Amino acid sequence: MTAQQDIKSRIGPIGLALPLVAFIVITFLMPLANMFKESFYDAEVADALPRTLRLLNAWNGDEIPSEEVFRTIAEEIIVLQENRTIGKIGIRVNRVVSGTRSVWGRTARRVEGVETEDMRTTMVGIDDRWSDLALWQGIKKAGQRYSAKHYLQAVDLSRGDDGSIHRVDTEQRIYNTLYLRTFRVAITVTLLCLLIGYPIAYAIAHAPPTLSKILLFCVLVPFWTSLLARATSWLVLLQSQGVVNDLLVWLGMVPDDGRLSLIRNMTGTLIAMTQNLLPFVVLPTYAVLSSIPPTYMRAAASLGANPVQAFVRVYWPQSLPGIASGCLLVFILSIGFYITPAIVGGPKGQLISNMIAYHINDANNWGLAAAISVIVLLSVMILYIVFDRWVGVDKLKLS
Amino acid sequence: MWNIGKGVLTLFVVLGFIFLLAPLLVVVPLSFNAEPYFTFTEGMLRFESEAYSLRWYRNIFESEEWLRAIQNSFFIGIFATFLATVLGTLAAIGLNDPRLPFRKFVSALIISPIVTPIIVVAVGVYFFYTDIGLGQTYLGIILAHAMIGAPYVVITVSATLANFDYTLLRAAASLGANPWTAFRRVQLPIISRGVITGALFAFINSFDEVVIVVFMAGPKQRTIPREMWSGIREELSPTILAVATLLILLVVLVLITVEVLKSFGEKNKLSAN
Repeated sequence: MTAQQDIKSRIGPIGLALPLVAFIVITFLMPLANMFKESFYDAEVADALPRTLRLLNAWNGDEIPSEEVFRTIAEEIIVLQENRTIGKIGIRVNRVVSGTRSVWGRTARRVEGVETEDMRTTMVGIDDRWSDLALWQGIKKAGQRYSAKHYLQAVDLSRGDDGSIHRVDTEQRIYNTLYLRTFRVAITVTLLCLLIGYPIAYAIAHAPPTLSKILLFCVLVPFWTSLLARATSWLVLLQSQGVVNDLLVWLGMVPDDGRLSLIRNMTGTLIAMTQNLLPFVVLPTYAVLSSIPPTYMRAAASLGANPVQAFVRVYWPQSLPGIASGCLLVFILSIGFYITPAIVGGPKGQLISNMIAYHINDANNWGLAAAISVIVLLSVMILYIVFDRWVGVDKLKLS
Repeated sequence: MWNIGKGVLTLFVVLGFIFLLAPLLVVVPLSFNAEPYFTFTEGMLRFESEAYSLRWYRNIFESEEWLRAIQNSFFIGIFATFLATVLGTLAAIGLNDPRLPFRKFVSALIISPIVTPIIVVAVGVYFFYTDIGLGQTYLGIILAHAMIGAPYVVITVSATLANFDYTLLRAAASLGANPWTAFRRVQLPIISRGVITGALFAFINSFDEVVIVVFMAGPKQRTIPREMWSGIREELSPTILAVATLLILLVVLVLITVEVLKSFGEKNKLSAN
């Protein structure tokens, strides 16, 4: 009875969770859904021939459209000719009905200034393909506002003039190269993080309490330090007149005129990303390692195992959950990494995320940016489901 | 033989820590460089006092852009943190209740903003917020930052709730406290460690966030990371190193606070036992 009086029961757990759920739906899920819509949005023809398309919506498709439709499209063609966008529309419709590209230019040149009561006859006179039902159906189809165009472009495919799908020319294939590069970088960074992070986690787990606390703090500070601040530091450290090169020259390991180029290339991206993501391997691995009872190793030793055997057969298998958790996290995060490659990567060290930002900030191609984002998001979601099945999302820890 | 192995391992760990901390350890002294260079001058290496100066720090506090950026960062950070903390704390209490339907699904939904690549979040937020008139506004950035900050609050508060003894609320009720009083006087003080820790993490997160701000902020809303971003990409000035040092200092202060709160909580638990 009294249990029902605490505030939880009064409002109920649903009432408590609901505000944040609603907030996340509005501020996060709806934007993602909108981005998904945007990735299919392609209204070049729809925006060019809005009135014609509205009329064609009511058209039954069995006979040549009415005089009103001809009159409307003639007016819209004249406007397109003035804007010099008629050619683009011709290309788009031609992808649906091939062999109709020249219709548009020819009509546009001749229809301007024509005064007539019968536009239908005039236009068919200019080009008899205007009496072809297939052309009108093609216009209607090309006028749909949604298409997979951006997705084709995002995987280096394009539609030919006849509507067939083929790969773009070799020198224009940029995106598949970038997915592949991102994937390779993610794997490399994950392995480097494991290689460097495992001994660190081991050291923290087995150090005396005070030292262990200090070491853990040394992992947490870079973990929480701004990515920008860390990227700036790497820029300063790794540039050719920077601290690392100065040190190498001073040590005589590198001649002064042969300073290493460690930054604004793939090396820079790999070094900085490994440092950025290292704590994500160290923290979960440490959490698991510190829970392995030391008696196990002693038991292995007393049963005659040498330290290497004891490690390989007893210790390592038990640390696998932490390693799996850390490595998957690093891999997932690497795929979406943007800031660090943008600053230290140079042209050769850019990843797929940098392309998304490019299409938003510089190229103003929102549809393509959205399509690439959806591809990245889906890849991450698949990995995340694997992560959840394998490790459990609720194992995420912050400090 | 085994000792050599141990020595190699120790060396490897030390190198690992140097790698992890190098960017922090180098940027701090360099921010005090009297010369506009990005490497240690001979004077600095000889610890001559005139080789060091505070000129880059003075630069920050004499520049209108940086001052406005600092103001913006705090303004956005404080409001976003407040929103994230209130919503996150309530949700964590709800999530901790086994009677909540679809618990696993709800918790996955709430955590999803921080496991989604930030660039994807930023693209979605940019399109949508621009459509509904929140592009280039403080409100838009605050909402976005609250959204990526709330999961941190939920995670830290949930962690403290896992140890919360619900009989305490019943005890409070039997002593005549109404539910709100019981929450405010009994539950909140006990989980406050988690709430404050979560709030601090949400704040740092907003304070350091740059991708959403790059897309969304107009000239008026430029924050510290936004100024750093253009500074790094246009002309790298040592002022950026001074700013980076201040950001590192902030993180150290926050983490020390979190540690103190943690040991405080452990002491509480001991004395309660």
